[in-house]
Amino acid sequence: MSNLSGKTALVTGASRGIGRASALALAKAGAQVLVHYSSSGKEAEAVVAEIRQAGGRAEKVAADLRAPNGPHALAKLVHGIVGPRLDILVANAGISKTASIEDTTVEDLDELFAVNVRAPYFLVQQLLPALCKGSSIVFVSSLAARAAVGALSAYGATKGAVATLVRHFASALGERGIRVNAVAPGVVETDMSAFAKTELGRNLTLGMQALKRVAQPDDIGGVVAFLASDEARWITGDTVRVDGGSKL
Amino acid sequence: MSKLTNKVALVTGGSRGIGAAIAKRLAADGASVAITYAKDASAASSVVKAIELDGGKAIAIQADAADVGAVKGAVEKTVATFGRLDVLVNNAGTAIPKTFEETTLEEMDRVIDINVRGTLAATQAALKYMKNGGRIIMTGSAVGERVLTPGLVAYSATKGAVKMFTQGLSREVGSRGITVNNVQPGPIDTDLNPAAGDWAVPQKAATALDRYGHVDEVAALVAFVAGPESSYITGANLTVDGGMNA
Repeated sequence: MSNLSGKTALVTGASRGIGRASALALAKAGAQVLVHYSSSGKEAEAVVAEIRQAGGRAEKVAADLRAPNGPHALAKLVHGIVGPRLDILVANAGISKTASIEDTTVEDLDELFAVNVRAPYFLVQQLLPALCKGSSIVFVSSLAARAAVGALSAYGATKGAVATLVRHFASALGERGIRVNAVAPGVVETDMSAFAKTELGRNLTLGMQALKRVAQPDDIGGVVAFLASDEARWITGDTVRVDGGSKL
Repeated sequence: MSKLTNKVALVTGGSRGIGAAIAKRLAADGASVAITYAKDASAASSVVKAIELDGGKAIAIQADAADVGAVKGAVEKTVATFGRLDVLVNNAGTAIPKTFEETTLEEMDRVIDINVRGTLAATQAALKYMKNGGRIIMTGSAVGERVLTPGLVAYSATKGAVKMFTQGLSREVGSRGITVNNVQPGPIDTDLNPAAGDWAVPQKAATALDRYGHVDEVAALVAFVAGPESSYITGANLTVDGGMNA
């Protein structure tokens, strides 16, 4: 197991799904985890309780990442708890919207970009004073950034932007010894994605994948923990596909 | 219990550089390890000794990666010795750095035979024995995606081939629960590409972390891909290049 004892981590959108699995994986490896949520306070509390029960350290932090100043507020909370050093940032919080080109509204697109692109961008900016040599940032991109799957054009564009940010941030922050990577999951069975739970969704998913099962959040969380760890210290600027071999 | 206890791994080109580091790391994670080498028997035996000293199990097999019969023989010998095969690391590779117009056909053949033909042959032989949970891992290269310096035309072409071989094969063996992935190192300090010297200057400058990588840093990623945490990653090209391709 990758050893993260003594490390501090912030996982955004950690009350459910991939964020929750990432928070649990980081805590299992020994990190102190700040479990961010926006509206699911109860679920976040349950994640914190689960970590503490296993002997780990965790706290929940609330912030609305739809708001322009949300990342700034969250960074302030984080500085207040971990002080001058944040070792791991998992910028996972995201929203999705299935809509055809015709049905996509200006509001939909603005909101998708606000949460999926603007928020992680300014979260990194605001956390920079606490990120230092050896810190690792992990973004969550998506299969939808690389391939046209479902009616996800606007969502896919936000995740393409994330993969682009990874390259620029990695290049700019390499000098300071900060690494920046992303995971790109395919279809995962989570609250956000009801798709995999329908028979049609399941069949389509298995049809485009090399591995013939539907991903669970754990399948992604372990990879996030690896990228966050020192084992991955020479990996930066990369988006790692964790999609069971989708659309190869 | 370690991550690879009771697993058996074969690492081609395991006597030196990245391959030796991979062999030692997989052994440290609990696997029994077979390595192949082309010429340097004493380097290979020192890798085996280092693993044994650490309480692990290892054997060295002489097999030039360009010799398909020898490669198949190495797979057979691994299975005969350790009883099974769970992880194949197609690491044997070579580069002949010079401009394309100066590269002879014989040199091109040599690079293709080792980097591509040898990889395909070893994989085919290994698949006969691989069961659910099996792992096929290539040592590709960051230049399989982007080339920043001249002199690596044939080499980068072979690493591009390895990349698509990975993606294609993952489709065929996914239903058997076998994953196929390609680890793509950037500039790593080895005999083949030393961190000191003129050749190293532009490569180091091209990385975001502003240094050459260490063989252990590649081995760590291979160990991750070989281990249980990566079970949903297949057909992927995983770059470990200090941000060179960012």
